[in-house]
Amino acid sequence: MSQFLEISGLCAQIDADGQKKQILQGVDLSIPPGEVHVIMGPNGSGKSTLSYVLAGREEYEVTAGTATFHGQDLLAMEPEERAAAGLFLAFQSPIELPGVNNANFLRTAVNAVRRARGLDELDAVAFLKMAREAAKALSMAPDMLKRNVNVGFSGGEKKRNEVLQMTLLQPTFAILDETDSGLDVDALRIVAEGVNRLRAPTFSALVITHHQKLLDYLVPDRIHVMARGRIILSGGPELARQIDQEGYTKFLAEVA
Amino acid sequence: MNALSKDMSGPLALFANRLNTLVGAERQSAAGALARTGLPDRKVEAWRYTTLRALGKQDYAAPPMQVEASTVRALLERVLQAHPAMAALPRVVFVNGRHAPAYSALPDDVDLSFFAEAPRFGLQAAPDRDPLVALNTALAEDGLVLRVPAGVDAGHVMLVSLGVGGADPLSFHPRHTVVVEKESHLRLICVQAGQGAYFHNPVMDIRVEDGATLEHLTLQTEGEQAVSLGTLYAHVGHQSVYDSFVLGLGGQLVRHEVHARLAATRGVVHVNGAQRLTGQQVGDITSIITHAASDCTSRQTVRNVLDGHARGVFQGKVLVERIAQKTDGYQMNQALLLSPYAEIDAKPELEIYADDVRCSHGATVGALDDDQLFYLRSRGIPKHEACQMLIDAFLDETIALVEDATAQAFCRAVMAARFAGRGEGA
Repeated sequence: MSQFLEISGLCAQIDADGQKKQILQGVDLSIPPGEVHVIMGPNGSGKSTLSYVLAGREEYEVTAGTATFHGQDLLAMEPEERAAAGLFLAFQSPIELPGVNNANFLRTAVNAVRRARGLDELDAVAFLKMAREAAKALSMAPDMLKRNVNVGFSGGEKKRNEVLQMTLLQPTFAILDETDSGLDVDALRIVAEGVNRLRAPTFSALVITHHQKLLDYLVPDRIHVMARGRIILSGGPELARQIDQEGYTKFLAEVA
Repeated sequence: MNALSKDMSGPLALFANRLNTLVGAERQSAAGALARTGLPDRKVEAWRYTTLRALGKQDYAAPPMQVEASTVRALLERVLQAHPAMAALPRVVFVNGRHAPAYSALPDDVDLSFFAEAPRFGLQAAPDRDPLVALNTALAEDGLVLRVPAGVDAGHVMLVSLGVGGADPLSFHPRHTVVVEKESHLRLICVQAGQGAYFHNPVMDIRVEDGATLEHLTLQTEGEQAVSLGTLYAHVGHQSVYDSFVLGLGGQLVRHEVHARLAATRGVVHVNGAQRLTGQQVGDITSIITHAASDCTSRQTVRNVLDGHARGVFQGKVLVERIAQKTDGYQMNQALLLSPYAEIDAKPELEIYADDVRCSHGATVGALDDDQLFYLRSRGIPKHEACQMLIDAFLDETIALVEDATAQAFCRAVMAARFAGRGEGA
C-alpha cells in the first residue's frame, strides 16, 4: 500500500432542496506517486463530486470512508491546508472574481502556499518574472495577468489560467476536472504540455475526462470507470480507447 | 424676542442655550423654523431609517477656541500620510468648524475667503427645507468660500475638517460654499476626520456653472464616537459635470445627504459611494437627484460592506421633471453583509414626470459568495485572507469609478491602511 493517495469506502452526500442526496457510494481508489490516473464515466456518476470532496468543498458531507494524502487524513483538513499539502484542483468551471487582479491573486496564493510550506515569500518582482514565464509557456497573452481573475476570459483562457495556477503552486497531486472540455486541438496540446512539465516521480494526477484526445498527450498509467458513485472497473490505457469507441453502456451492463 | 425655549423639546433642547442667543434675521428665522419642526425623528420619511438618538442627552457647547496643537497635528498627519501625493496638495484645514491657518497650505489659482469674514448663507440651502440645514444656519461660525474663476483649471484642493472632542459634547456647523465658474475645473478632496465625541453638521453649497467640472471626493473617517450629519447642495449647469464619490468609514453615526439639481441641459451628475462599517456604526447615504432639464445624465452606484452590528442606509431618489426629456438615469445599491446582525436599509425611488426617459435602478443584498471563497481557499489562501480579498474587490470596483487618479489612489491607500492584513499579497 502506497502512502500517496488512498481513498477507501468514501461516501458523500449533498443537501439538494432539503433532501440528502447520496452521490459517492463507496469509492475505493489508490494512486501511487508519479502516476497519471484517469476517471471516466457517464454524466452524474459522481466524478466532479469526488474532486470537490478531495479538495474540501464544505457543501458535501462525507458520511463514510477515508481519504489520506501522504499518510495524513485529508478529510480533516481545511481546503487551504490541502493546497499547502500539495493538492490542486483544476476546476471544471473556473470561478470569476470581479475586482480581483489576476497577478495579485496568483501572488497571494503562491505566497500563502510558500508560507505554509516553510518557504520565503516571493517579492513582486521575482513573482512577476516567474508568472510571466509560466504564462508564456502556456501561450497566454501577457495582459491576462493584469485582468480580473477569469472575468471576460474565454473558455480556453480560463482553462489555461487553471493550468497556470497549477504550474505556479507546484502541487504534488493535481485533479484535472474536465480541463480538456471546450478546448480546441492546439489549446488541448498546450494544456497537456503544461501538465506533462510537472510530471515527476513525486507528482501524480487524477484526470477526469470524457475524451481520449487528451490522453494521447498525457499517456496515463491507469483508467478507472466510475458509475453510480463508485469505481466499477479499472484497467490500463487501452480501456480508455475501448470506451472512446464503444461507449459506457457495455461496461455498465456488465456490473448491473 | 425669544419664545423658542419652550418649543424646544427632544434633541433640539441640546442646542437651546445657543439658539436662544442668536443675532441676525437669517439665523433667527432658521431657529424659528427649527422650533416649529424640531430635529427629525423616524416619523419624518427622510429620516425613517436613521435616528438622532446618538446625539445623546447632554447639551452641546460651542467648541473651545484652543485645541491641543499636537492632537491636531497628529490627526492631520494621519490624513496626509495616507498617500504620498497628499502632503503636496493645497489644503484648507478646519478644526472644530473653524479655519485653522496654521495647518493650511492655501491654493493659488482660486479665490478663497471664509464664512466668518462675511457670513452669506447661499440660495440653495433654504433653512425651512431641512432642520439640519436650519441648525447649521443658526449656529454656523465659519466655512470655506471657494470660487474657481472662469476658464481656470485649479487642480486639486483639499478641505480637511478635523473634529477634536473633549470631556463635554461640542458641536460645529461649518457652512461651505464652492463655485466652479464657467469652463473651469476643480478636483476637491474633502476629508472628515477626528477623535472623541463631537457633532459635525456641515452644509456645503456647490455651483457648477456652464461647461465646468467639479470632481469631488468626500472621505469620512470621523472619530469613533462622532456624529456627522452633512448636507450638500449641488447646482449643475449646462454641459457641466458634478462627479462625486463618498467613501464612508464612520463615525458612530454618519449621514451624507446630497441634493443635486441638473438645472440646464446636458449636465452630468455622479453620486457614487462606498461604505465599510463595523461595530455599532451607522452610515447613511441619502441623495435626491433632480433632473430639471433635458438631455442630462445621472449615475449612482453605492456599495456597502457591513460587519458586526453595523447598519447601512441608502436612500436614493431620482426625480425627473416633466421638462426633462431624454433623461438618462441609473441607480444601483449593493450590500455585502458579513454578519447576521448587520443590516442594510435601501430605499431607491424613481419619480418620473417626463415620458421619454431611460431610468433604471436596482438593489442587491448578499453574503460573500461560497464559490468564490472556496476557489480562493483551494489555492491555499487562508479563509480570513480570502474573505478580505473578496471584500476589497467588491468595494474596489466602486473606487474605480473615481476618475481623478490622485483621489482614487488616496481612497485605496486609506482602505489599505485601515484594513491592514488584507490579502493583496502586499
